[in-house]
Amino acid sequence: MTAREQQGAPPDNGRHAASGDGSVRLDAPPRRERGTRVRRRRVRAAWLFLTPMLIVLAAVAGWPLMRTFWFSLTDASLSSLEGAQFIGLENYLVFDEGWYGIMADPLWWQSVWNTLYFALVSVSLEAVLGVIVALVLNAHFRGRTLVRAAMLIPWAIPTVVSAKIWAWMLNDQFGIINHLLMGLGLIAAPLSWTADASLSMWAVIMVDVWKATPFVALLVLAALQMLPGDCYEAAKVDGISPVKVFFRVTLPLITPALLVAVIFRALDALRVFDVIYVLTSNASSTMTMSIYARQQLVEFQDVGYGSAASTLLFMIIALVTVIYLYLGRRQLGGES
Amino acid sequence: MTLRRLQAILLKIGFWLLVGVLMLYAIFPFYYAVVTSLKPSSELFEVSYWVDSVDLSNYAAVLSQPAFLAAIRNSVVVAISVVAIALLLGLTAAWALGRVRFRGRTTVMILVLGVSMFPQVAVLSGLFEVIRTLDLYNSPGGLILSYTIFTLPFTVWILTTFMRQLPDELEEAAIVDGASPWVTLTKVFMPLLWPAMATTGLLAFIAAWNEFLFALTFTLTDSERTVPVAIALISGGSQYELPWGPIMAASVIVTVPLVILVVIFQRRIVSGLTAGAVKG
Amino acid sequence: MASVTLENVNKRFGTTRVIEDVSLEIGDGEFVVFVGPSGCGKSTLLRLIAGLESITHGDLMIDDQRVNNLTPPERGIGMVFQSYALYPHMTVHDNIAFGLKLAKSDKQTMEERVSQTAKILQLDNLLDRLPKALSGGQRQRVAIGRAMAREPKILLFDEPLSNLDASLRVQTRNEIAHLHERLGSTMIYVTHDQVEAMTLADRIVVLNEGHVEQVGSPRALYEQPASRFVAGFIGSPRMNFLSVTGRTAGEAGCQISIPGLGDQVLPRRMENDDESLTLGVRPEHLIPAAATGESGFKILNVEYLGSEAYLYLQVPDGEALVCRTEAPCPFTRGGRVTLTFDAHRAHLFDRDGHALPMIAAPDTQPAPAQATTS
Repeated sequence: MTAREQQGAPPDNGRHAASGDGSVRLDAPPRRERGTRVRRRRVRAAWLFLTPMLIVLAAVAGWPLMRTFWFSLTDASLSSLEGAQFIGLENYLVFDEGWYGIMADPLWWQSVWNTLYFALVSVSLEAVLGVIVALVLNAHFRGRTLVRAAMLIPWAIPTVVSAKIWAWMLNDQFGIINHLLMGLGLIAAPLSWTADASLSMWAVIMVDVWKATPFVALLVLAALQMLPGDCYEAAKVDGISPVKVFFRVTLPLITPALLVAVIFRALDALRVFDVIYVLTSNASSTMTMSIYARQQLVEFQDVGYGSAASTLLFMIIALVTVIYLYLGRRQLGGES
Repeated sequence: MTLRRLQAILLKIGFWLLVGVLMLYAIFPFYYAVVTSLKPSSELFEVSYWVDSVDLSNYAAVLSQPAFLAAIRNSVVVAISVVAIALLLGLTAAWALGRVRFRGRTTVMILVLGVSMFPQVAVLSGLFEVIRTLDLYNSPGGLILSYTIFTLPFTVWILTTFMRQLPDELEEAAIVDGASPWVTLTKVFMPLLWPAMATTGLLAFIAAWNEFLFALTFTLTDSERTVPVAIALISGGSQYELPWGPIMAASVIVTVPLVILVVIFQRRIVSGLTAGAVKG
Repeated sequence: MASVTLENVNKRFGTTRVIEDVSLEIGDGEFVVFVGPSGCGKSTLLRLIAGLESITHGDLMIDDQRVNNLTPPERGIGMVFQSYALYPHMTVHDNIAFGLKLAKSDKQTMEERVSQTAKILQLDNLLDRLPKALSGGQRQRVAIGRAMAREPKILLFDEPLSNLDASLRVQTRNEIAHLHERLGSTMIYVTHDQVEAMTLADRIVVLNEGHVEQVGSPRALYEQPASRFVAGFIGSPRMNFLSVTGRTAGEAGCQISIPGLGDQVLPRRMENDDESLTLGVRPEHLIPAAATGESGFKILNVEYLGSEAYLYLQVPDGEALVCRTEAPCPFTRGGRVTLTFDAHRAHLFDRDGHALPMIAAPDTQPAPAQATTS
């Protein structure tokens, strides 16, 4: 051991390296090592573990999406998917002594407009209400857990059920809402919320806001609870008004979480189907893109035409997502 | 001084008023459904805010319908199967995505996120074809398969987040002990991920239980329907004579289990929702 | 039993070179400690030996077999992690038995090994507990038990004491030393604490920025540091460093003039005349004496530690000198002292931080031939 003790920093690196390499290449072919066997085994296992999920997602998402694109270029009908003939873009737009196709269908454009209107209004309301609810839940008070649990109830109720409950509450003759409003003297005669074209969109929005606000509130609440307490104490010491503190400190800090909640909600709202289907069925005043596409697909059995509508909906959502992510990133980037 | 005190008291009253309004807003519709479901059909059309006498005839009516019982059974089968499949596939995928660095990982993550943003209608015709080809039309199998499109992505996403939080040294200790990836996942990580799996499973269960569009489109007969479709399709003699009593009773029956689950597991659910969104 | 040989081992993360050309031989049954400041690559080196990181270039041999491509169990290593990394859902028994189970040992051997391990580490009464019901020291012992249960040829320790409090650390340190004596297996131990390194090691490997600064016994590192880095890292309080200019003084060595200490000849061989050098003297090798008038150094502070005291002395420019003396001592703050030191115990470092070689040991006669060849 004493002989080795004086061994300093690696002696004579060059010579050593040469002999080291030489001996390796005698018994093993020269190759670059790409990680230990453990690592290679892990990467192999990773792909193996991912395969079932990727296969399932390909079967239920990838392949069906491709087929939908293809059907949109054919005259497929529900009864004869196999016998579909390629007809180009005729489902989208064609001139045959007048314009035909989805792009020429005023009902489609109405449903596009309805969807955007519904998404914009309901998501905005949910964001504002969600922040308010989150602020309340973030305050320390007796029974907070109970209130938080209560807030989750609308979120947990199946959409179909909540639509039915609200349909009953909004019933024009026996509904409690009309009863209440008349009792308060706000309206003179019962309103037919779900049947009246000018009211039905608001009825739908009301139900959606009721159901989805808890989701936004929970995400914002999680962000609120991660805020540092000391900057609030600093603001308190400096005597800044709570309203100012909210807009100058709280809001900027919870914006990222709010943006995430809003995009999740916006994507949901753009593909909305069940609440509207149950509440107002296929009425044109509340027809959304999803309702339109399904009506063509299933009820009119026109798979080609319905698929074209589905494809357009997919593209619109993809576009909105990209724009939103782009703006969101730029805004977040500018802040930091 | 007294003015300030008055202001504080008013603020406090205002706050509790706000809490009260929010509570009422959140709970009242469900409460009203319960109230309605407990009224005999003769009293249905007089608005009242509480139950005067309990009448279970609506429940009896609903529960005596074989179609509704079949729907409950189908919903349970579908939701539990979906949860099992999503957790099994999600857990292995989450290990790969959360704990191994490999080329293409980001692409897979984006792919998974992309699928979760799909509008369901966009795959409706293609999926219909797949389901008919596999001979799963009008059967719970078709619904189980199709529900993975929305349960699997978020299961993978949330479990990946939780998987990343497990300490690296734990996995290295397992490697030194000679554990293969599969053994590490099943013997070391899975027991530690039970809370996360419970959370994710709960969210997947709720999503599957509540789904409507696929269930409406991929089933045909009463015996194969799920609960949301069954409720949506309850009808009376005409459009203007919906049997509101039985509808509300059915609604309460399918919602009460969920409400109980949510109230018990609210912490879990909140952590799952935020793990999927905020940290993801 | 096993020896470990590293030949020009390199590790890169992307373009960052974390380990550069490390060559090392670790003998069978030896206790080797890797020590260095954080970020020096000592943990990475350990993980390369363990097989948790891949070697970018170079060879790792265990018992003359190249093991670059073997998994950790195939290499026959056991490892104790900094955070212990006990499986939280398994009892102490199952934690220790996990590796044996995976190695498909038969039940009887397994139980024997577990109970044997538990006995050695005094875990007999804790076998049914979960890790969360154990104290820090107990968890530490379970981690060691898990590592040694499969009777690995080499035991690796990655800063195993850093999560313990000071008194427990000393105790566990002794237990590990005892364990090494008892098992006789090769152990490699990583720490940033030079006291741990000095007390445990047969040999210490000092690492700095990915390369080996010096390898040697604790005594060799203390008495003959090869570089200023090692000199500064080993020993507490730190060695004093002073900038000096040196002139060759023939066979006697090298003459230096030290501000405040006058001229002195050290038995160190230097190549160039009039070179700027660094003088290094350990606090315990400076001998203070009461000074009169304005001579010597002003005492900035006196730290009294019971058996000894440290004087902090003012230097015109640079860090204060530290000087160890027996306690109680007659010196007080604000007073002045002169210093002397044994020339054979002082070190000189050139501009690159390399130590100038010793001309001869103090007790041997300097021979002319030796001065030119060695």
